[in-house]
Amino acid sequence: MAVMQNVSIRLTEEQGMLLDVARGFVRDQAPIEVVRSQLETETGFDQVTWQAMVEMGWAGIALPDSVGGAGMGVGSAVPVFEAMGGGLLGTPLLSSTLAGQLIWRAAGESAADWLGRLCAGSVGTVAYLDHGDWGAANLGVSLGADGKLSGSKSFVADAGVADCFAVVASEGGEPVLALVERSAINDNALSENVLIDLTKRAANVDFTGVAPAQVVRGDTVVPALRDTLLLGALLTAAETTGAAGKCLNSITEYLKTRKQFGKLIGSYQALKHPTVDIYVGMENARSFVYHGATVVGDGTLDHDGEIACRMAKVAADDVMVFAGDRSVQFHGGFGFTWECDSTLFIRRAQWAQQMYGGAIHHRKRLASLLLDS
Amino acid sequence: MSDNKAALNAFREEVSAWMSENVPADPGFLLPLTFLEVGTEQQLDFLREWQHKLWSAGYLGMHWPSEYGGQGADPAYQYIVDKELGKHNAPIIFNTIGLNWVGPLLLDMGTDEEKAKYIKNILSGEEIWCQGFSEPDHGSDLGAVQTRAVRDGDDYVVNGSKIWTTLGNYADHMILLARTNTNTERKYDGLSFFLSPMKIAGVEAHPIRKVTGEYGFNQTFFTDARIPARCLMGEEGGGWTVAMKTLEYERGVTAGQASGHWGVTIQIDDMIEELSKLEHDGEPLLSDPVVRDDLVGFIMEAKALSLTGRRMGIPALNSDYPMGLALSVKYRGTEYERRMKQYTASKQGAHSALYVGDADAVRGGFWQRAYFSNFGATIGGGTTQVQANIVAEHVLGLPK
Ligand SMILES: Cc1cc2nc3c(=O)[nH]c(=O)nc-3n(C[C@H](O)[C@H](O)[C@H](O)COP(=O)(O)OP(=O)(O)OC[C@H]3O[C@@H](n4cnc5c(N)ncnc54)[C@H](O)[C@@H]3O)c2cc1C
Repeated sequence: MAVMQNVSIRLTEEQGMLLDVARGFVRDQAPIEVVRSQLETETGFDQVTWQAMVEMGWAGIALPDSVGGAGMGVGSAVPVFEAMGGGLLGTPLLSSTLAGQLIWRAAGESAADWLGRLCAGSVGTVAYLDHGDWGAANLGVSLGADGKLSGSKSFVADAGVADCFAVVASEGGEPVLALVERSAINDNALSENVLIDLTKRAANVDFTGVAPAQVVRGDTVVPALRDTLLLGALLTAAETTGAAGKCLNSITEYLKTRKQFGKLIGSYQALKHPTVDIYVGMENARSFVYHGATVVGDGTLDHDGEIACRMAKVAADDVMVFAGDRSVQFHGGFGFTWECDSTLFIRRAQWAQQMYGGAIHHRKRLASLLLDS
Repeated sequence: MSDNKAALNAFREEVSAWMSENVPADPGFLLPLTFLEVGTEQQLDFLREWQHKLWSAGYLGMHWPSEYGGQGADPAYQYIVDKELGKHNAPIIFNTIGLNWVGPLLLDMGTDEEKAKYIKNILSGEEIWCQGFSEPDHGSDLGAVQTRAVRDGDDYVVNGSKIWTTLGNYADHMILLARTNTNTERKYDGLSFFLSPMKIAGVEAHPIRKVTGEYGFNQTFFTDARIPARCLMGEEGGGWTVAMKTLEYERGVTAGQASGHWGVTIQIDDMIEELSKLEHDGEPLLSDPVVRDDLVGFIMEAKALSLTGRRMGIPALNSDYPMGLALSVKYRGTEYERRMKQYTASKQGAHSALYVGDADAVRGGFWQRAYFSNFGATIGGGTTQVQANIVAEHVLGLPK
């Protein structure tokens, strides 16, 4: 038995540059005041920021040149998402990236025009969840013989700004991917969710009566869907790891400046040692995330890739929940205020920990992958 | 495949073949799990002969300069040897304080004379080293040690006591941290570092029995022991800096150690293999969902340690906390190992209660002993709690 065969971790020169550039971008364009100014707006992000990201090629970073992408491979999205998480910058990048992955993996060049639009900055999203169970089949929306969909999807990320919806549906019991234009959906078919993380947006969408512009059928759909969910876990983990790093900074800054009983509170080990555990957890999550970036590729994810994505998600969720939670506590009364950034961290933690399956979802699957082979 | 990779692969095969021929068979008596537990002459003689054999074959301290008994090779070669030692279940390389702390320290900060005098005998196993840092009243607070060294002509006269001195009863030399000045403003500035002889009048090491029931460490008493003044390493009053450098090697913060094979290799795969033989409720233990989930946690910890170790070599992924991964190695690694061993020792049903010496003990009580032994790692070399302070203060910049 060898449970740890693949422990490779590499950073290509391109990925290193992306990490620098993306961190610089977030620092300059999205300081925390800017992020806060978007918390209660309709879309949750600034169109100018999004356009700048599109111009840097991030919307198509993981898609091939042939459809207008950067052709850098999906691993290259990892440093970008880590940097965005580090600024708690919410934009539709995650939704669009995953829609791109799903469509590309399921339809390839046959959906070239959709993919081209995503690379150019049109927002895409995957309509996946029927109710809220990431581990269910989620085939509740059906495509009828009349070419129309019936049924609703929940928690469709960035649905309010999306132009292209990749709807996971069933046709006579077989999973298919229905590509739907925003223009085909009535405004009153969308109802926004009140999300715990105010940097994110999602809505329930009723697709009943909508005719997809294109339907993707066949053997590619199931593996594409599986891989997209795994990549969703990995990219969310990357973003969460960045957020955990920022949360750690905010804690250490406070511990270095706040005094009680005549001493800096950072000298108390009851605060100091858990902070070290946040640091260690963040570094571990970071290692898993970049291991994931190393082993996932444009092809179907293999055994190592699947393990890497799942482990990254578990590690990032665990540290972020702990960090966000301790951040509130370690800031005392101020920590309980809206003004303190702890509110952003704890909200991000609670949002992220369920996305693409929570720790238990992944640990259960890891047990089989690791112990039954 | 690059030339370098091909050369390393060829070397791996060569070493593996050598080990198949030369790794000694089970001697029929209990061997120590780590260098901290050498408790009998029989064990000592056996391990000394094995170390000598390995070094004679050119497989120890390969990356140390050839003029001092090494091979002047790339560290990758020693790494391969260490891996193969683990794979072949080879006995441990016991002279660890010499090989992994004193040797690299001397190569780094020693004079040519010191290097020439000591290093080769460390590698060959001819001279054993021990470490005289901790005292009965001062352990974590190492800077407060009180053992006195007073200059008298060409000698220093040493009085006081050191404790937990691993290998002290067998050692030829000690790295000794002693107080040469009691009147300094900072407690650290009164300390000096000596490469001190052990087999002289006035030095006595008394073995102390451990949690495991075995021996391996001592209390060392100094009574008007005269050590030559040339044994002082560095400046008088400059001992703290040298001691801190020593601890970097001891804790694995800085590389340069002669061999990583200082303890029996116990890996996550060994844990899972052991557990796969056990049953609970009449079913295989590994089908129990609670156990399965626990194991996912252990595997992830093991994997995080490996991945993070590799990530240390990627500067662009260490820019936020440049020394962070190195300074937290001991904190991260030793606690995981303790929990992993305790877990394995406790899943054997009623057999969990058996210890070394009982014919029915699972694998001779290996896991029970390994669990206890592991406290050497979470206490020795600076406790886990002190490591957490170090990470907090030196990595995160939190106040003392
Ligand atoms: C197997 C073994 C081998 C050893 N070999 C050697 C050797 O060869 N040479 C040598 O010099 N020493 C050796 N040691 C000694 C070792 O370095 C000390 O035991 C260690 O540094 C702790 O010191 P102490 O025993 O005095 O415990 P103490 O310092 O008294 O610690 C007691 C408890 O208090 C905690 N504590 C202390 N200070 C703090 C703090 N500031 N913050 C939070 N918690 C704190 C500790 O973590 C510990 O849990 C060995 C120890 C062991 C277990």
